[in-house]
Amino acid sequence: MEANIQNEQEIYELAKQSCTICNSCRYCEGFCAVFPAMESRRDFKYQDIDYLANLCHQCGECFYACQYAPPHEFNVNIPSQFGDIRAITYEKFAFGAKFGKFFNKNGFFASSVLMLCIFVLFLLVFYWNHWNLSRISYKGNFYEVLPYEVMVGVFSVVGILVLGSIAIGFMNFFSSLKEKEKINLICVFQGIFDALSLKYLGGYHHEGCTYSQNSRSNTRKYFHHFAFYGFLFCFVATCLGGFYDHFLHQSAPYAFLSAPKLFGTFGGIFLCIGTLGLFVLKLKMDKRLKSLKSMGMDYAFIFSLFIVSLSGLCLMLLRKNDGAMVFLVLFHLSAVLALFLIMPYGKFIHGFYRIAALIKYALETKKS
Amino acid sequence: MEDFSCDVLIIGGGNAALCAALCARENHQNVIVLETSPKDWRGGNSQHTRNLRSMHIQPTDVLSDSYSEDEFWEDVWRVSGGETNEEYARFVISQTPQIIQWAKSHGVRFQPSLGGTLQLGRTNAFFLGGGKALLNAYYKRAEQLGIKIFYEHEAIDLHIQEDECKYILVKDKIVNKVSQWRAKTYIVASGGFESNLDWLKEAWGQKADNFLIRGTKYNQGLMLKALIKEGAKILGSPTQGHMVAIDARAPKYDGGIVSRVDCVSLGIVVNKNAKRFYDEGEDFWPKRYAIWGRLVANQPEEIAYSITDSKVLDKYMPSLFPPIIAESISDLAKKLKLDEIILKQTLNDYNQKVVAGNFNHTILDDCKTKGLEIEKTHWAQKIDTPPFYCYPLRPGITFTYLGVGVTKQAEVIKQNGEVCKNLFAAGEIMAGNILSKGYVAGFGMSIGSVFGRIAGISAANFNTKRGW
Ligand SMILES: Cc1cc2nc3c(=O)[nH]c(=O)nc-3n(C[C@H](O)[C@H](O)[C@H](O)COP(=O)(O)OP(=O)(O)OC[C@H]3O[C@@H](n4cnc5c(N)ncnc54)[C@H](O)[C@@H]3O)c2cc1C
Ligand code: SF4
Ligand code: SF4
Repeated sequence: MEANIQNEQEIYELAKQSCTICNSCRYCEGFCAVFPAMESRRDFKYQDIDYLANLCHQCGECFYACQYAPPHEFNVNIPSQFGDIRAITYEKFAFGAKFGKFFNKNGFFASSVLMLCIFVLFLLVFYWNHWNLSRISYKGNFYEVLPYEVMVGVFSVVGILVLGSIAIGFMNFFSSLKEKEKINLICVFQGIFDALSLKYLGGYHHEGCTYSQNSRSNTRKYFHHFAFYGFLFCFVATCLGGFYDHFLHQSAPYAFLSAPKLFGTFGGIFLCIGTLGLFVLKLKMDKRLKSLKSMGMDYAFIFSLFIVSLSGLCLMLLRKNDGAMVFLVLFHLSAVLALFLIMPYGKFIHGFYRIAALIKYALETKKS
Repeated sequence: MEDFSCDVLIIGGGNAALCAALCARENHQNVIVLETSPKDWRGGNSQHTRNLRSMHIQPTDVLSDSYSEDEFWEDVWRVSGGETNEEYARFVISQTPQIIQWAKSHGVRFQPSLGGTLQLGRTNAFFLGGGKALLNAYYKRAEQLGIKIFYEHEAIDLHIQEDECKYILVKDKIVNKVSQWRAKTYIVASGGFESNLDWLKEAWGQKADNFLIRGTKYNQGLMLKALIKEGAKILGSPTQGHMVAIDARAPKYDGGIVSRVDCVSLGIVVNKNAKRFYDEGEDFWPKRYAIWGRLVANQPEEIAYSITDSKVLDKYMPSLFPPIIAESISDLAKKLKLDEIILKQTLNDYNQKVVAGNFNHTILDDCKTKGLEIEKTHWAQKIDTPPFYCYPLRPGITFTYLGVGVTKQAEVIKQNGEVCKNLFAAGEIMAGNILSKGYVAGFGMSIGSVFGRIAGISAANFNTKRGW
């Protein structure tokens, strides 16, 4: 614990020193929002560093351009140092920070174990319900596998808890940044829009940025769009499914051209493409830009999203096959549930922190 | 047929070298670039630059207003005190607009002209990401075009016979082996000798021990030495160079832009004896920072201390090192190891002689002292509001002017007036043809780019004429 705090302080001090150097160099203004935001400060408190780090996409552009990048003794490495800081902010402001800390340390391992545990639990529930029925046909009906009440019950409880803790984390972070600024609705929309359009991931004049190796392209932005909007589609599909079932009393399976199905199918495909692409890019990434602190978390997140989308798609294709379906339903639901549970502590939260930082940036630029 | 390693052999890996390499390659030459540094440190002083100066008759996407050839020339003339070559200077100036276009077409990106903090936006075009980003773009293009780049290969000597260069000696630093490299033409673009501490000491004496080198450690001036030895025409004196006052705590090499100190004109500067020695408010700092390098170099132990108080803290750019802070003058004297009584005396004298005025740091205001041996003529305010802030200053060498004479085709001229037909020079190593004193910001990259391109094209033309 002691050692950890020590270590955190060192990370902050290192980032602070880099910011001080950048601030008197300023060659990189124009790359992204980070540099103008730095320049409006004279010295850097930890909360400023938190803010700046969450504006950074770790694209590498300023690393390759930096005359003080290692091996220079000044050791300016914004993408990697800010990556470390972001990992710290995710756990620092999360609701239930202890759990966050544990999870962040063991990102990949913890989320895999969590998923397996849930899966085993679901299997037990399933056998508990089905032990005396030798072999029935489910006709593609999920609720035959896991009772409606169990499914809705578990997911609404978890959903509410998760939403709550994400909201708390977001508010913690945002209020630590905002200081005296008055919230202005235009800036809020600006920030959200910049986040959703990945404005700064496009680099200077949308020419792309230097991730994952020192050549410029927009691939990462496209994959990110696939992943994010794919996720959103899946989310919409799930909500629509619930709506159809509950209010329209039409239960699954739905026709291919129905809204839930279309959203689900395309969402799943997009999410698969996006996560796979981001994964490959991350593997290829210049190791000097990497942040060891956030690495495990990043992979865990990409991996669990991929598993969720892939199992979802398989389920859709194989729902007529009873044996596969049982297994897939349980697996998919465990994956989704595990993803939900780690959301407030994992990489998922980065989107919210980015929005908070961009809103703050919009407020700041408006003020000046 | 003779056995050449390539058509054009380029010595150096900075801006001038890469401009030459790209132009030669685009004129169908086989090109080799020798860079003495490892890849991570490539690009010499050019990697520390941030802009180049360019004339333009109307606003462009990267330059505001207009800046005529005449105005540019007058600026050059003024800073050099007339010690410049009008023909060559105008020759470079008139080609600067093409340079920006050419750089852009080779992947260099510039900041838009209306950037917030860039007051020089009228005369200078700023590289997006600075000089290292510019070099990255050129290197990338060079690799795409099939130019061979040898890192950690140092040219240590060259041999001129009659009017031709016959070979150069190259040390492969990885395996520590020296060999002869022969090419049809050679372009020397290896910078000045500013990184060579022994040579600096030869020129400046013991003082040089306390100089800091703002740029690369790789510009050792070996090619300059070889050219002197082989009878090339040498211009300028080894003590001429661009020297500024920088933070004394900066590293010996590669401190670059962040080691600058911007608060000199806002306070007073004392030397090791705790005495003032020059008018800190003579003119705007950007116009004066280049004389302060020499001023500090001529003080005892080559050190000085810029002292301000809390009134002006927000009037200058923050810099890399935090100021030394003290609550009282005695405390400050202790921290700086200066004589307490004399420092107090100096400050007292100064404070008493400040005449009230309207302080305005953006104009040459009427705040000054009256009755001091060394007056401060602008921005003089009492230094009386603790805490007090101090930045220690040392001379920081940007580059040296000593160079080799060239024709307008970039051919190296010999002492006897003959022209070497297959040997060309570009960049810092020939900047002495244009400047021997004083410097306008951004001119170095202009000269290097213009002459770099010319050298590349001249080398190609020479080879074509020979039928090679
Ligand atoms: C901190 C700093 C900031 C500056 N800012 C600006 C600015 O904003 N604008 C501007 O116009 N100018 C600026 N200058 C000046 C500018 O850097 C030079 O005018 C310009 O870079 C010269 O280019 P060059 O290619 O001739 O030399 P360099 O860029 O210094 O390149 C010389 C190259 O030769 C290599 N080399 C040296 N010896 C050998 C050898 N024996 N064998 C093989 N290779 C060798 C070096 O490694 C290096 O790559 C600045 C200088 C410094 C130090
Ligand atoms: S990243 Fe390097 S080059 Fe860019 S502003 Fe910071 S110190 Fe300057
Ligand atoms: S890594 Fe990219 S996003 Fe991050 S500060 Fe540097 S240029 Fe900006």
